[in-house]
Amino acid sequence: MKDQSCVYIKKEWDIVAARQMGRDIAIKVGFGTVDQARIATAISELARNIYLYAGAGKICFEAIETVQKKGINIKAIDEGPGISDLAQVMEDGYSTSGGLGAGLPGVKRLMDEFDIISKSGEGTTIESTKWLR
Amino acid sequence: MRIPILKLHNYLLISIQTELDDKTAIQFQEDLLEKIHSSGATGVVIDLTSVDIVDSFIAKVLGDVVTMSDLMGAKVVLTGIQPAVAVTLIDLGIHLQDVPTALDLEQGLIKLRQELEE
Repeated sequence: MKDQSCVYIKKEWDIVAARQMGRDIAIKVGFGTVDQARIATAISELARNIYLYAGAGKICFEAIETVQKKGINIKAIDEGPGISDLAQVMEDGYSTSGGLGAGLPGVKRLMDEFDIISKSGEGTTIESTKWLR
Repeated sequence: MRIPILKLHNYLLISIQTELDDKTAIQFQEDLLEKIHSSGATGVVIDLTSVDIVDSFIAKVLGDVVTMSDLMGAKVVLTGIQPAVAVTLIDLGIHLQDVPTALDLEQGLIKLRQELEE
Protein backbone atom coordinates (compact mmCIF):
# COMPACT_ATOMS: atom_id res chain seq x y z
CA MET A 1 0.00 0.00 0.00
CA LYS A 2 1.34 3.41 -0.94
CA ASP A 3 -0.44 6.57 0.00
CA GLN A 4 1.46 9.83 -0.28
CA SER A 5 0.29 13.28 0.72
CA CYS A 6 2.14 16.57 1.13
CA VAL A 7 1.78 19.79 3.10
CA TYR A 8 3.36 22.90 1.63
CA ILE A 9 5.26 25.02 4.15
CA LYS A 10 5.01 28.73 3.39
CA LYS A 11 3.72 30.32 6.57
CA GLU A 12 4.03 29.63 10.28
CA TRP A 13 0.63 27.98 10.59
CA ASP A 14 1.66 25.35 7.97
CA ILE A 15 3.98 23.90 10.65
CA VAL A 16 0.89 23.05 12.71
CA ALA A 17 -0.97 21.75 9.63
CA ALA A 18 1.97 19.45 8.77
CA ARG A 19 2.21 17.91 12.22
CA GLN A 20 -1.56 17.43 12.41
CA MET A 21 -1.58 15.58 9.09
CA GLY A 22 1.42 13.50 10.18
CA ARG A 23 -0.29 12.59 13.42
CA ASP A 24 -3.47 11.57 11.59
CA ILE A 25 -1.46 9.27 9.33
CA ALA A 26 0.46 7.89 12.33
CA ILE A 27 -2.86 7.05 14.04
CA LYS A 28 -4.08 5.25 10.88
CA VAL A 29 -0.86 3.23 10.69
CA GLY A 30 -1.50 2.15 14.30
CA PHE A 31 1.16 4.00 16.34
CA GLY A 32 0.56 4.47 20.09
CA THR A 33 0.34 7.86 21.78
CA VAL A 34 4.07 8.17 22.59
CA ASP A 35 5.15 7.37 19.02
CA GLN A 36 2.42 9.68 17.66
CA ALA A 37 3.94 12.49 19.74
CA ARG A 38 7.46 11.53 18.55
CA ILE A 39 6.36 11.62 14.90
CA ALA A 40 4.40 14.88 15.27
CA THR A 41 7.35 16.51 17.08
CA ALA A 42 9.83 15.38 14.41
CA ILE A 43 7.56 16.84 11.71
CA SER A 44 7.30 20.09 13.64
CA GLU A 45 11.10 20.39 13.79
CA LEU A 46 11.50 19.59 10.07
CA ALA A 47 8.74 22.01 9.04
CA ARG A 48 10.18 24.79 11.20
CA ASN A 49 13.61 24.30 9.63
CA ILE A 50 12.05 24.74 6.19
CA TYR A 51 10.16 27.84 7.31
CA LEU A 52 13.18 29.42 9.06
CA TYR A 53 16.01 28.55 6.70
CA ALA A 54 14.55 27.89 3.25
CA GLY A 55 11.45 30.09 3.37
CA ALA A 56 9.32 27.51 1.58
CA GLY A 57 9.20 23.81 0.88
CA LYS A 58 7.07 20.79 1.57
CA ILE A 59 6.67 17.84 3.89
CA CYS A 60 5.44 14.61 2.31
CA PHE A 61 4.11 11.60 4.17
CA GLU A 62 3.79 8.03 3.11
CA ALA A 63 2.23 5.18 5.04
CA ILE A 64 4.36 2.10 4.37
CA GLU A 65 2.90 -1.34 4.62
CA THR A 66 4.76 -4.45 3.55
CA VAL A 67 4.22 -8.06 4.58
CA GLN A 68 6.89 -7.73 7.28
CA LYS A 69 6.37 -4.26 8.66
CA LYS A 70 4.40 -1.05 8.79
CA GLY A 71 5.62 2.47 9.25
CA ILE A 72 5.53 6.10 8.24
CA ASN A 73 7.99 7.80 5.92
CA ILE A 74 8.46 11.55 6.09
CA LYS A 75 10.27 13.62 3.48
CA ALA A 76 11.11 17.28 4.05
CA ILE A 77 12.04 18.92 0.77
CA ASP A 78 13.13 22.48 0.13
CA GLU A 79 15.02 24.43 -2.50
CA GLY A 80 16.65 26.76 -0.01
CA PRO A 81 20.32 27.67 0.44
CA GLY A 82 21.29 24.15 1.55
CA ILE A 83 23.40 23.21 4.56
CA SER A 84 27.11 23.89 4.16
CA ASP A 85 28.33 21.85 7.13
CA LEU A 86 26.20 18.75 7.71
CA ALA A 87 28.31 17.53 10.64
CA GLN A 88 27.77 20.84 12.41
CA VAL A 89 23.95 20.87 12.15
CA MET A 90 23.86 17.34 13.56
CA GLU A 91 25.62 18.52 16.72
CA ASP A 92 23.43 18.97 19.78
CA GLY A 93 23.10 22.61 20.74
CA TYR A 94 24.22 24.06 17.40
CA SER A 95 21.86 26.80 16.22
CA THR A 96 22.10 29.83 14.00
CA SER A 97 18.61 31.06 14.87
CA GLY A 98 18.85 31.47 18.63
CA GLY A 99 16.90 28.24 19.15
CA LEU A 100 17.85 25.34 21.37
CA GLY A 101 19.78 23.59 18.60
CA ALA A 102 17.78 20.45 19.30
CA GLY A 103 16.16 20.27 15.85
CA LEU A 104 17.94 17.83 13.54
CA PRO A 105 19.79 15.68 16.10
CA GLY A 106 16.44 15.55 17.94
CA VAL A 107 14.60 14.36 14.84
CA LYS A 108 17.22 11.63 14.37
CA ARG A 109 16.58 10.37 17.91
CA LEU A 110 12.78 10.61 17.60
CA MET A 111 12.69 8.57 14.38
CA ASP A 112 14.23 5.17 13.43
CA GLU A 113 15.86 6.07 10.12
CA PHE A 114 17.27 9.43 9.14
CA ASP A 115 18.97 10.55 5.96
CA ILE A 116 19.95 14.01 4.83
CA ILE A 117 21.02 15.20 1.40
CA SER A 118 21.96 18.82 0.93
CA LYS A 119 23.60 20.76 -1.85
CA SER A 120 24.77 24.30 -1.33
CA GLY A 121 22.53 26.62 -3.33
CA GLU A 122 20.17 23.84 -4.43
CA GLY A 123 18.30 22.77 -1.34
CA THR A 124 17.92 20.06 1.23
CA THR A 125 16.01 16.79 1.39
CA ILE A 126 15.63 14.99 4.69
CA GLU A 127 14.07 11.55 4.67
CA SER A 128 13.05 9.86 7.86
CA THR A 129 11.13 6.71 8.79
CA LYS A 130 9.51 5.40 11.93
CA TRP A 131 8.58 1.71 12.11
CA LEU A 132 5.69 0.26 14.03
CA ARG A 133 6.96 -2.14 16.69
CA MET B 1 -5.51 33.40 19.00
CA ARG B 2 -5.03 34.43 22.65
CA ILE B 3 -4.66 32.10 25.61
CA PRO B 4 -6.85 33.19 28.55
CA ILE B 5 -5.05 34.06 31.80
CA LEU B 6 -7.17 33.80 34.97
CA LYS B 7 -6.41 35.55 38.24
CA LEU B 8 -7.07 33.83 41.57
CA HIS B 9 -5.96 35.79 44.66
CA ASN B 10 -2.20 36.27 44.15
CA TYR B 11 -1.96 33.63 41.47
CA LEU B 12 -2.40 33.50 37.73
CA LEU B 13 -3.79 30.29 36.25
CA ILE B 14 -3.39 29.27 32.62
CA SER B 15 -4.65 26.13 30.99
CA ILE B 16 -3.35 25.74 27.47
CA GLN B 17 -6.07 23.99 25.51
CA THR B 18 -5.17 24.87 21.99
CA GLU B 19 -2.68 23.55 19.45
CA LEU B 20 0.24 25.92 20.05
CA ASP B 21 1.63 27.57 16.95
CA ASP B 22 4.67 29.83 17.15
CA LYS B 23 2.74 33.10 17.08
CA THR B 24 0.28 32.04 19.78
CA ALA B 25 3.20 30.92 21.98
CA ILE B 26 5.06 34.24 21.62
CA GLN B 27 1.85 36.21 22.16
CA PHE B 28 1.19 34.20 25.32
CA GLN B 29 4.69 34.98 26.60
CA GLU B 30 4.05 38.72 26.23
CA ASP B 31 0.50 38.54 27.63
CA LEU B 32 1.65 36.65 30.73
CA LEU B 33 4.45 39.11 31.54
CA GLU B 34 2.03 42.04 31.09
CA LYS B 35 -0.51 40.35 33.33
CA ILE B 36 2.09 39.68 36.04
CA HIS B 37 3.04 43.35 35.86
CA SER B 38 -0.53 44.70 35.99
CA SER B 39 -1.90 42.27 38.59
CA GLY B 40 1.11 42.01 40.90
CA ALA B 41 0.72 38.22 40.97
CA THR B 42 3.47 36.34 42.82
CA GLY B 43 2.76 32.86 41.48
CA VAL B 44 1.77 31.36 38.13
CA VAL B 45 0.60 27.87 37.17
CA ILE B 46 0.72 26.90 33.49
CA ASP B 47 -1.22 23.69 33.00
CA LEU B 48 -0.24 21.57 29.99
CA THR B 49 -2.68 18.67 30.49
CA SER B 50 -4.30 19.25 27.08
CA VAL B 51 -1.05 19.80 25.21
CA ASP B 52 -0.03 16.70 23.27
CA ILE B 53 3.05 18.06 21.54
CA VAL B 54 5.90 20.29 22.71
CA ASP B 55 8.64 20.78 20.13
CA SER B 56 11.96 22.57 20.67
CA PHE B 57 10.49 26.00 19.89
CA ILE B 58 7.55 25.70 22.29
CA ALA B 59 9.91 24.26 24.94
CA LYS B 60 12.17 27.30 24.54
CA VAL B 61 9.23 29.70 24.82
CA LEU B 62 7.98 27.95 27.98
CA GLY B 63 11.45 27.74 29.55
CA ASP B 64 12.06 31.42 28.74
CA VAL B 65 8.75 32.58 30.21
CA VAL B 66 9.63 30.84 33.49
CA THR B 67 12.98 32.71 33.62
CA MET B 68 11.41 36.01 32.55
CA SER B 69 8.67 35.76 35.20
CA ASP B 70 11.31 34.90 37.77
CA LEU B 71 13.19 38.09 36.84
CA MET B 72 10.00 40.02 37.50
CA GLY B 73 9.51 38.33 40.86
CA ALA B 74 6.84 35.76 40.07
CA LYS B 75 7.33 31.99 40.44
CA VAL B 76 6.02 29.77 37.64
CA VAL B 77 5.16 26.07 37.90
CA LEU B 78 4.40 23.94 34.82
CA THR B 79 1.85 21.21 35.49
CA GLY B 80 0.25 18.25 33.77
CA ILE B 81 3.02 17.40 31.30
CA GLN B 82 1.76 14.26 29.50
CA PRO B 83 3.85 11.06 29.42
CA ALA B 84 4.28 11.30 25.62
CA VAL B 85 5.44 14.92 25.92
CA ALA B 86 7.98 14.01 28.64
CA VAL B 87 9.37 11.22 26.43
CA THR B 88 9.69 13.40 23.31
CA LEU B 89 11.32 16.26 25.23
CA ILE B 90 14.06 13.94 26.51
CA ASP B 91 14.47 12.43 23.00
CA LEU B 92 14.95 15.98 21.74
CA GLY B 93 17.60 16.52 24.40
CA ILE B 94 15.56 19.15 26.26
CA HIS B 95 15.67 18.70 30.01
CA LEU B 96 14.06 21.92 31.32
CA GLN B 97 16.10 21.37 34.48
CA ASP B 98 15.55 24.70 36.16
CA VAL B 99 11.82 24.68 35.50
CA PRO B 100 9.58 23.81 38.48
CA THR B 101 6.95 21.21 37.58
CA ALA B 102 4.12 19.37 39.30
CA LEU B 103 1.81 16.49 38.41
CA ASP B 104 -1.39 18.51 38.18
CA LEU B 105 -2.95 21.88 38.96
CA GLU B 106 -3.59 20.96 42.61
CA GLN B 107 0.01 19.86 43.21
CA GLY B 108 1.18 22.94 41.32
CA LEU B 109 -0.66 25.28 43.67
CA ILE B 110 0.74 23.42 46.69
CA LYS B 111 4.26 23.73 45.26
CA LEU B 112 3.78 27.47 44.62
CA ARG B 113 2.54 28.06 48.15
CA GLN B 114 5.59 26.22 49.56
CA GLU B 115 8.04 28.12 47.35
CA LEU B 116 6.49 31.50 48.16
CA GLU B 117 6.46 30.83 51.91
CA GLU B 118 10.16 29.97 51.99
